[in-house]
Amino acid sequence: MSSPLLTATQLVKNFGGLNAISNVSVHFDQNELIGLIGPNGAGKTTLFNLLTGVTPVSAGTISLYTDHGVKTVNGQTPAQVAQAGVSRTFQNIRLFKELTVLDNVRIAMTNHYHEGFISSLLRTPKFYRTETAMTVAAEKLIAIFDLSAVADQPAKNLPYGVQRRLEIVRALATKPKLLFLDEPAAGMNPEETADLTRLIRQIQQDFHITVVLIEHDMSLVMTVVERLYVLEHGALLAEGTPREIQQNPAVIKAYLGGDA
Amino acid sequence: MRTRLKANLVWAGLMIFGFILIDGLEFAGIINTFIENMLVTIGINVILAIGLNLIIGFSGQFSLGHAGFMAIGAYATGIITPTITTIGGFYLSMFIGVIIAIIAALIVGIPTLRLRGDYLAIATMGAAEIIRLLINNLKITNGAAGIFNIPALASWATVYVIMCITTIMTVNFIHSRSGRAIMAIREDEIAAEAMGLNTTRWKLAAFVFGAATAAVGGSLHAAYIQTIAPSDFNIMASIAILIIVVLGGVGSITGTFVAAIVLGALDTILQNFGTLRMIIYSLALILIMIFKPAGLLGTWELSFKRFNRQEVADHE
Repeated sequence: MSSPLLTATQLVKNFGGLNAISNVSVHFDQNELIGLIGPNGAGKTTLFNLLTGVTPVSAGTISLYTDHGVKTVNGQTPAQVAQAGVSRTFQNIRLFKELTVLDNVRIAMTNHYHEGFISSLLRTPKFYRTETAMTVAAEKLIAIFDLSAVADQPAKNLPYGVQRRLEIVRALATKPKLLFLDEPAAGMNPEETADLTRLIRQIQQDFHITVVLIEHDMSLVMTVVERLYVLEHGALLAEGTPREIQQNPAVIKAYLGGDA
Repeated sequence: MRTRLKANLVWAGLMIFGFILIDGLEFAGIINTFIENMLVTIGINVILAIGLNLIIGFSGQFSLGHAGFMAIGAYATGIITPTITTIGGFYLSMFIGVIIAIIAALIVGIPTLRLRGDYLAIATMGAAEIIRLLINNLKITNGAAGIFNIPALASWATVYVIMCITTIMTVNFIHSRSGRAIMAIREDEIAAEAMGLNTTRWKLAAFVFGAATAAVGGSLHAAYIQTIAPSDFNIMASIAILIIVVLGGVGSITGTFVAAIVLGALDTILQNFGTLRMIIYSLALILIMIFKPAGLLGTWELSFKRFNRQEVADHE
């Protein structure tokens, strides 16, 4: 059960003279639900960006355990990392706004359905077969997350909470093994947050994937995750179960201040 | 399934109807050489503008070098068809023009598609100028004088059929995996990359496809007008195509058709006004841009599938 999925060792990221991430080592196991917390500016999103290839690491290695053996993913483009089975959502929602919900999901499936360039220009039967298979798969995924009613709507027309949900669906459509959620509950009301909590659990159980989430909403984090990493000033402050973290004096100090 | 077949049949019918209509009017003598010339110019402009709309409207890359790729197609035909003066020679020259345009687009695109917006526009403009200057200074292209007496191997019917084929191919491109990928990159490049899309590759695909259609348009231009010179393919030619795209609506193929027809007709009607022509033409452009800033049709598309679907919904 606890075979590793991704390990990052001694990650360093410098922006000019600023040490955004210093010597952070983390490991995520198969089918785990992990939280990443820390005060504002602790480097949580930077760590996500490093792990997904959006920003290149200054030093350190990131290894992904795929079906084809261990793969070093630092130095690869975000697209290559995504193709290796890592998907993510963004802190400030990044949907394809003008495109429909269905298209948003189908775009994420691009790499799994090859209809062929020439056959798509000439509309051969192969094109229609692939296109139908892709649409059916996308509609199925949309139905699981109760978005069927808005499937033909442009993404920009959806309410905020639904946009967040769509972003998660889109990330799942790439068939990831590892899913990074960057503040999925930001801006949500308590009811929406409760829905989200259920959703995250459901994703991890039904899709058998590892979910890592950055979150400020402690009620969400503490109920949903199995293990937590705490970052502060770009360095790893603590690691453990939610209960351990809640009693960790260093964490309490980082969050509440004082000289404990 | 049924709606798809029905919609395709309506489109095919429309294309055949258009052909018969022009043919009939020509036979009846209503379309003279003057009007035929206008119709062919419109057809060629549609081919050119659709390719540019794919690049600008759908993949979101701002290119100002379309006339450069058009020149490649035109000169391929201008050089080859005087030697091989058959229809086969014309299609061979068109094919060769397309291949050279694709290679040129790859050479231009690979380094420049990393740029965005204004920078890309300037880089593509520069590339088109390089192509024009090469043509201007080569022996085989007859320098600044250009090429005369190119065999008339393209009739209005050739232009019409190839316009239809190019449109179908471009629309098929847009409504496929490739089209969705390039639109996703237009909407949000970072998100598209996080979804595993190789953004450079897809942008290049759209750019190269657009360049290939420009070469087709150039080849038809050479074979119909029969005279080409480097100055036909300067920056103003690129801008003329850009005007059609912007006026019709960036991201609307239907709009490109409407704009090409409106501008083509306007240009022909204004021939009677002599020097006032350019002023009225410019004024018309300014007025349209003031009252319709998103172009005549915005991003609206004519779709028979949609009509059918609405009909079905009404009956239920």
